[in-house]
Amino acid sequence: MNHHHDPGVDLLAVLGVVVGVLAVTAYAVLVVRARGRGRAWPFGRAVSWVAGCLLATAAVAGPLRDAAMTSWPAHMAGHVLLGMLAPLLLVLGAPVTLALRALPAASARRLVRLLRSRPLRLLTEPGVAAVLDVGGLWLVYGTPLLDVAHAHRGVEVLVHAHVLLAGYLFTAVLVGPDPLPHRRGTRHLLVVLVLALAAHDVLAKRLYAMAGGLDLLDEQRGAMVMYYGGDAVDLALAVLVCARWYRRTRPRDVVSGQRQLDLERPRTRPEGVLG
Amino acid sequence: MPSPAPPARSTLSGVLAGLGLISFVDETVFHQLLHWHHFYDRSTPDVGLVSDGLFHAFGFVAVVSGLFLLADLRRRRSLVVRRWVGGVLLGAGAFQLYDGLVQHKVFGLHQIRYGVDLLPYDLVWNVVAAVLVVLGAVLTLRPRAPRTAGATSA
Repeated sequence: MNHHHDPGVDLLAVLGVVVGVLAVTAYAVLVVRARGRGRAWPFGRAVSWVAGCLLATAAVAGPLRDAAMTSWPAHMAGHVLLGMLAPLLLVLGAPVTLALRALPAASARRLVRLLRSRPLRLLTEPGVAAVLDVGGLWLVYGTPLLDVAHAHRGVEVLVHAHVLLAGYLFTAVLVGPDPLPHRRGTRHLLVVLVLALAAHDVLAKRLYAMAGGLDLLDEQRGAMVMYYGGDAVDLALAVLVCARWYRRTRPRDVVSGQRQLDLERPRTRPEGVLG
Repeated sequence: MPSPAPPARSTLSGVLAGLGLISFVDETVFHQLLHWHHFYDRSTPDVGLVSDGLFHAFGFVAVVSGLFLLADLRRRRSLVVRRWVGGVLLGAGAFQLYDGLVQHKVFGLHQIRYGVDLLPYDLVWNVVAAVLVVLGAVLTLRPRAPRTAGATSA
């Protein structure tokens, strides 16, 4: 790989650090406010959010970014961090639920209205989120977009922002604890996950197949990092999707005495196969 | 009592787990340990790549969902072990047959091993797969052996 950046400020790295710091600060402020309103917030969610911010920033700034300039495996490790692992940790931080607890009633109502808006209903359709996420990757690696991004700092920032946001959306739709306009059934989610992972795997193998630059082995190793890194995160996603189903369909006598408030629990509990 | 699940659920859980487990065996034993299979074979056509990608992705989700279904059957005290084991054999054998006949031969995805006479490898692979399927079918379909006289049938 050879990047031909014009000299000057590394916009992506600077923005990566700024946005990372802002995201951690905003989350901390919300936690303090929620506590102030007498609403506790689980420590694990906060840890997950901070870890997600750290990983996302590490993917676009610092040693990994420097290494990614010359090495495909490092580039793909950055891709797996920014587009898959960091989004998973951020989603598990449940920022929307935290905001609903911390914000004054009027703002919280506005947030709920936004969550129910038509664009968000469309975006949180699992198939749409999957196409935005994996489709974006096909654009990046299947077209000259990557070269354009490497030549223009602005495009580079947009591409990275898309990878992170689309990864967040896809993960939130599948396994997010935050409220969604609607959540599809488990079988629907699993089918979308299989198709998305398959598209990701096929793309990785095509990159492996098309490797033919100056450093063939480097390109091939990069494709394998993408393939197996994607597998690892998707295994976690499959476990989380099934675990939600397992909790939701808990038979009554097992639950007795320890029923939790679960806003998503349907009136009639589904007992079918991964329904 | 938790509401019981039908016996067919044990078969489904087994088949899903079997499909997933065999793709893990394929990946670890033949790709990583023996290095007989290749990550990518230059002659692989696109349809082979898509088929491979789909099955690879499906394997993950199948083993996870199969095992969660197993846990659900157990907490409902509805697990039929014979049907579950039969399902695992059916799933594993069916995947091996698909891999051995369709992916290796029709799609030309990759071969079992390179630089050797393939015939014995292909024969062993597919015969083992067929035996797994037959065993699985027998376990699934065979009526439960009668218990000792006087015992109520389940």
